Amino acid sequence: MSRLTSLAAPVFGALSILLAWQFLLPLSGVPAYIAPTPTKILSVFFSQTELILSNFTPTAIEALAGFVFGNTAAVLFAIIFAYSKFIRQAYFPVVLFFNTIPILALSPIIILIFGLGMTTKIIIAAIICFFPTLVNMIRGLGSATHNEEELFHVLSANKFETFMRLHFPRSLPMLFSSLRIATATAVIGAIVGEWIGADKGLGALIIRATFNYQSDQLYAAIVAASFLSITLFAIVAAVEARVLRHHSQ
Amino acid sequence: MAGAAIEAQGLNIGYRNGAKTATVLSDVNLTVEQGEFLTILGPSGCGKSTLLRVVANLLEPLDGTISVLGESPAAIRKKRETGFVFQEATLLPWRTVRDNIRLPASVGGRLAKPIPKGRVNNLLGLLGLEGLGERYPSQLSGGQRQRVAIARALIDEPRILLMDEPFGALDEITRDRLNDELLSIWRATGTTILFVTHSIEEAVYLGQRIMVLGANPGRILNLHDLTPIKTADNTCRREDPAIVSEIAAQRALLAQAS
Ligand SMILES: Nc1ncnc2c1ncn2[C@@H]1O[C@H](COP(=O)(O)OP(=O)(O)OP(=O)(O)O)[C@@H](O)[C@H]1O
Ligand SMILES: [Mg+2]
Repeated sequence: MSRLTSLAAPVFGALSILLAWQFLLPLSGVPAYIAPTPTKILSVFFSQTELILSNFTPTAIEALAGFVFGNTAAVLFAIIFAYSKFIRQAYFPVVLFFNTIPILALSPIIILIFGLGMTTKIIIAAIICFFPTLVNMIRGLGSATHNEEELFHVLSANKFETFMRLHFPRSLPMLFSSLRIATATAVIGAIVGEWIGADKGLGALIIRATFNYQSDQLYAAIVAASFLSITLFAIVAAVEARVLRHHSQ
Repeated sequence: MAGAAIEAQGLNIGYRNGAKTATVLSDVNLTVEQGEFLTILGPSGCGKSTLLRVVANLLEPLDGTISVLGESPAAIRKKRETGFVFQEATLLPWRTVRDNIRLPASVGGRLAKPIPKGRVNNLLGLLGLEGLGERYPSQLSGGQRQRVAIARALIDEPRILLMDEPFGALDEITRDRLNDELLSIWRATGTTILFVTHSIEEAVYLGQRIMVLGANPGRILNLHDLTPIKTADNTCRREDPAIVSEIAAQRALLAQAS
């Protein structure tokens, strides 16, 4: 019973809002070019499948590649920072400063270097993912308990073994919590990158649809972007559930 | 085998913090024979854990000398002659019981000792963990976790076992049972055991000798032989009047110390 309601309740909530949107919104007098009905948005996916798909694919590739590169780089930097006090003291402030630059202010430079192709969007998505994962991973690598550290010392474990058998597994819960957030930020990065200059991608479609008052396309692009985020999130959550299955004590 | 398990002379131990040193225990003179069961009592913060940490080479002494099995604590640590059991079981949650017990074989590079076939199963049996080898720590009770921690400490057959309030977090029934199991392991292996506890009953029940530490300044207050009130293999009954009055005497001594 309670399981059924816990499943049914959110479905009911979403459906009720969609129904209200579908039937009450037109009555309220909001013009269709501002807010089309759900069925109108849905119909774009059928009538203009080619348009949605050809813009969805580049954004998906950019977000995914940015996610992978940004987080991989963050994990590698975190390991270097965690194990070299000198490098951490010398370069962490630089990274901190770098993080304070708004990504939008940085993007023209990235465009100057890499042009208007996909690389630029991948780099913007990667940079957005980078910093939160870096900080979380550094904290995660230091999250072993005092007793665990002493246990490894009594066993004369060397640095590499302590990393592999203690610090890295201990860091995984924090790594995954930042990866989950990064699924959304990577998509944001890709779309923002496309806003600045692109003729393909959901970001480009959003801009084009807005200026052409094609609100059904605009909303369809938003739904597609959100679908992309949710898919990435679901993949990360599934991997996390598997990897961390025994982590809780 | 000749020589004492632990020999300390004029030992001062404590913590260095930059230029400052904070002495915790001073002028420790102590000889622990091989195969002895020594229990350690003392008020909180008097330095019981610190003393074990020096023996385990987790901390360098401030001055004085200490030798373990005739060698430096560092050399003995590298030979895997010391096993350490903490108050919390300190199991790695992502490893099964079996893999937690085998952890010592997978770290320490060349120092790691290979584990003879069947040894893990023997330990599982010895500690009443049959059938639990493939479980994860989250699937165990507190008492079972502590048994796994003891099995891990025993896997290398250490000649010295250092136990820092290992049963402090367990209920009394479980603790009594583990006390008896520990005694039979001790009899079977001949390991030297240094056992820190807050429980006076436990200290008297387990030890051949009991050492009481005092605080401010930290020092050895009393070293007391319990063998006269026990049988030759260090057994006693908890309700034996001699044991009961010994507990009262130690309680009085400890009340003075704190
Ligand atoms: N890393 C440290 N640096 C500085 N001082 C410390 C450190 N660890 C412990 N101390 C101090 O050393 C003293 C002895 O600590 P220790 O942990 O050995 O006490 P203990 O006898 O084991 O106490 P308890 O029974 O509460 O476990 C305490 O006063 C404590 O504050
Ligand atoms: Mg202590």
